[in-house]
Amino acid sequence: MSLTYDDVIAKYEPVLGLEVHVELNTKSKMFCGCSTIFGAEPNTQTCPVCLALPGALPTVNEKAIESTIKIGLALNCSIAPFSRFARKNYFYPDMPKNFQISQYDEPICVNGFVDVEIETDEGPKVFRIEVERVHMEEDTGKSLHVGGATGRIHGAEYSLLDYNRAGIPLVEIVTKIVPGTGKYAPEVARAYVAELRDILRSLGVSDVKMEQGSLRCDANVSLRLIGAETLGTRSETKNVNSLRSVERAIRGEMIRHAELLNKGERVVQETRHFQEDTGLTRSGRSKEQAEDYRYFPEPDLVPVAPDAAWIEELRAALPERPSIHRKRLQEQWSVPDKEMAAMINADVLDVVEATVALGADPAKARSWWLGEISRIANEKDMAIKDLAIAATDVAEIVALVNAGELTDKLARQVVEGVIAGEGKPAAVIAARGIKVVNDDLALMAAIESACAAQPETAQKVRDGHLPAAGALIGAIMKETKGQADAARVRELLLGHLGQATN
Amino acid sequence: MTSLSRDDVAKLAGLARIEMSDAELVALSNEFTVILDAVARVQEVAGEDVPATSHPLPLRNVFRPDEVIASLSPTDALSGAPAQEEQRFRVPQILGEE
Amino acid sequence: MIRNSAFDMAGKLASGEITSVQLTQAHLDQITAVDKDVHAFLHVDTQGALAQAAAVDAKRKSGEKLAPLAGVPLALKDVMTQKGIPTTCGSKILEGWRPPYDSTVVAHLKKNDIVILGKTNMDEFAMGSSTENSAYGPTHNPWDLTRIPGGSGGGSAASLAAFEAPLAIGTDTGGSIRQPAAVTGTVGVKPTYGGVSRYGLVAFSSSLDQAGPCARTVLDAALLHEAIAGHDPKDSTSINAPVPAVVAAAKAGNVKGMRIGVVKELNGDGYQKGVRTRFEESLELLAAAGAEIVEVSAPNFEYALAAYYLIAPSECSSNLARFDAMRYGLRVGDTDGASAESVMNLTREVGFGREVKRRIILGTYALSSGYYDAYYGSAQKVRTLITQDFNKAFEKADVLVSPTCPTTAFKIGEKANDPLAMYLNDIATIPVNMAGIGGMSLPSGLAEEDGLPVGFQIMSPVMKDDRMYSVGAALEAALLSKWGAPLLSNIPALAGSK
Repeated sequence: MSLTYDDVIAKYEPVLGLEVHVELNTKSKMFCGCSTIFGAEPNTQTCPVCLALPGALPTVNEKAIESTIKIGLALNCSIAPFSRFARKNYFYPDMPKNFQISQYDEPICVNGFVDVEIETDEGPKVFRIEVERVHMEEDTGKSLHVGGATGRIHGAEYSLLDYNRAGIPLVEIVTKIVPGTGKYAPEVARAYVAELRDILRSLGVSDVKMEQGSLRCDANVSLRLIGAETLGTRSETKNVNSLRSVERAIRGEMIRHAELLNKGERVVQETRHFQEDTGLTRSGRSKEQAEDYRYFPEPDLVPVAPDAAWIEELRAALPERPSIHRKRLQEQWSVPDKEMAAMINADVLDVVEATVALGADPAKARSWWLGEISRIANEKDMAIKDLAIAATDVAEIVALVNAGELTDKLARQVVEGVIAGEGKPAAVIAARGIKVVNDDLALMAAIESACAAQPETAQKVRDGHLPAAGALIGAIMKETKGQADAARVRELLLGHLGQATN
Repeated sequence: MTSLSRDDVAKLAGLARIEMSDAELVALSNEFTVILDAVARVQEVAGEDVPATSHPLPLRNVFRPDEVIASLSPTDALSGAPAQEEQRFRVPQILGEE
Repeated sequence: MIRNSAFDMAGKLASGEITSVQLTQAHLDQITAVDKDVHAFLHVDTQGALAQAAAVDAKRKSGEKLAPLAGVPLALKDVMTQKGIPTTCGSKILEGWRPPYDSTVVAHLKKNDIVILGKTNMDEFAMGSSTENSAYGPTHNPWDLTRIPGGSGGGSAASLAAFEAPLAIGTDTGGSIRQPAAVTGTVGVKPTYGGVSRYGLVAFSSSLDQAGPCARTVLDAALLHEAIAGHDPKDSTSINAPVPAVVAAAKAGNVKGMRIGVVKELNGDGYQKGVRTRFEESLELLAAAGAEIVEVSAPNFEYALAAYYLIAPSECSSNLARFDAMRYGLRVGDTDGASAESVMNLTREVGFGREVKRRIILGTYALSSGYYDAYYGSAQKVRTLITQDFNKAFEKADVLVSPTCPTTAFKIGEKANDPLAMYLNDIATIPVNMAGIGGMSLPSGLAEEDGLPVGFQIMSPVMKDDRMYSVGAALEAALLSKWGAPLLSNIPALAGSK
């Protein structure tokens, strides 16, 4: 018997807890000067410190501390006047020291919150997610499992380790328990992670690419009977790697828990792995007992005690909250909700804003980025950001269209050329010989020859049947190789055939 | 008197990733009875009001600028590796979480 | 030539009387002659040392301005990384490992053109007081080859006493520089914590470890101290302040008007009679030199040993986790189908010696959940109390003094099966590490009952290391005029020795 989501929420209340790991985009690692560039050859970004060679000592990256404080401030946290690094001791081959430098009972930021708004049956509603702590730690290396059928850990004969990623700064953002979201739990979780992503991006502290693992979410879910006080047993689903997966994983776990509870079975407190293909979670290796991490203050590092002036300086420089910023843009541009959402989903809001800042009309800028450029990106299966076209190019093209120097059709050719790497718009126009035919005499010649070629059609227009003009305009445009301004052609044609031009 | 049983020691050896023979476990368990009695004396004076010192010097905020420093060459990085393949450290199969 | 002080050797090198190659060769010859009996060295870098010596000679010939100790040879404790040179820490688990980088101390030595002869024996990962815990066999005390040379830096101290090297580097976590100095009749200094970089020092207990100079005279120790000390951005716990003027202090040796505090708790019961006699005699000499002797009390020192044997094992249980057979060092049990976990377990079983395992397990216990507060937490509180005791004592005295250890060198094997008795050796040296202050041991003569060297310990406040050099130099001068010749001239000749 399989429960539906509606069955679950009719009986149970979900309680969430979310842990988000963010890789900071510092140039060097958390505790050593090795580069953090993604995708380098294996073990080319390692040194005695991040390989944990005997005798090596960590040193703290100041930018990482600054970024963490900024995150804390953006999440409305208090910044601890005194915080410390601690060692989290456990053995794992991808962790060279066999302890992770993390923070334990003295994290750098505590007690914040994030408000997220979602669409509910009763209209838009704001949910407050309370943040318990934001702390610093370091990433592990990467293992490649060899010899197994699936390339996965199970069944592998041996593993190959690359420590390029070991020691990249990570910030962990941990929420308090989140009750009261009811049936909206999966959407609230998704909106929270999306909001965090936007905030982190606006702060410029991380690439926040979920698909590359620079933002990862662990979702804790438990259920309790509606009205019950005590919390149910939770499961922790690890490394959920997209916004959609956050929603699916939580929905799936809620159903799984409810099925167990309905059968009178108990939920095992364990780590589970989300599987993209099925949308279900799979049990991790169950542990006999809770791991004893033997935390203690990291003796190789000294405490972090940021002074108030520094914190205030960082606070003053915080960018506008993305959600507030979006609301402001929406009002300024008078964009309908749906289109606003489309821009956010397509991840073009920033670039549209930049295009508008360069003088383009908001509606035009939006339609280029969401329309033609998005279409090409889809065709090429690339992210819009990775296309070789910038806000300056689009702004320039919009200006040329406004000035009548390009038609919409020609402008599309220019966009295509820019994306194809043919250079800036001016260069594409020059190279392709794109030019609007504005010479009325030349147009008139084309009009006359078109009317001569299609006398019956011309007569229909003369008789007042205006839609027939389309066929003549098409022929004229063809004759002028598309370089004529269609509006002007129409105007001249109708005049020529004795009709009013508007 | 504090003491650690053979099984306690076995659990600790597991946490510390050290294989130990039964004889070794028993011997350590016996030694610990004596050693723990000696070290437990710290509890006599460690009152609530005494702050802990985890570091001998009152240093704070020691940071380095976010600058890239040359890494080891991969040859040097892997120079001590008991086994290597494709410029990576080769290790026995890892049992555990994925 | 090899019996001179490093200062005199440097003088002869500077005047051109001898070359560094000659001096280095003379020490290499001595090592060849006596080290089969002493076993101070784990690795002798003959070619590297001679090449470095030749390079110094060439620089000197070209008229380049050289550092004070340029061309003088030195023995390096095997706990310090030196690029390309085996570094074992006295452990099987690191057998054959050649670090791809220099420790900061080695970088300083090279910059000062000090010639590195090789790596000296030590208790495994610096855990021990006798060098018997080395996986490569014990070092023998040149005063009596059946006795221990102290530990963990027994190899460094013995190399000085056997005239295999005039200078050595040691590291001191609970007395590993000072106690070997005491039982071999040499000088050893633990600088203020953070005075010398720990980068490249293979960590035993991070909050206690400190590298320092070992020598046969106070001035030699000061010269080496200045060569290796100073702020290091690679060590976050390194002090960013000028190095105390230790050479000037050692040269002046002035104690007039200084208040010397005798620590009541570090004397008396449990201290060998000959040790106490020599200590009293030294106090008289210092008083005669113009110092004021006062008594101070440090009531919490009696808890120092217990706290130490919680803090050091706790930190070591974590520091030594990296020895796991994955990236370097020994790998055991890597057979078909073996898991990484079982290879780690087997490698650590075979690769670590008994004392190391004992401390790892003890530390794992002290940090484990449910016991942290009772053990590690309480030990950290004792650390506060000890520091407070020192602070009070330093209000009454400029330096504090005590015997370095309760007894002279014991027989090899005598305490091997009694860890607690072994730990008691460090009772007078440990408080210094707990508070991070400076400590020195220098010879104060031979105990009447066994004719073995006795050490005199001087403790100075944080970053006031110059004070212990003032007192040490003054006492050394007074003792030398009393004896007529350095203490080491009484050492029995070793077979083959020059």
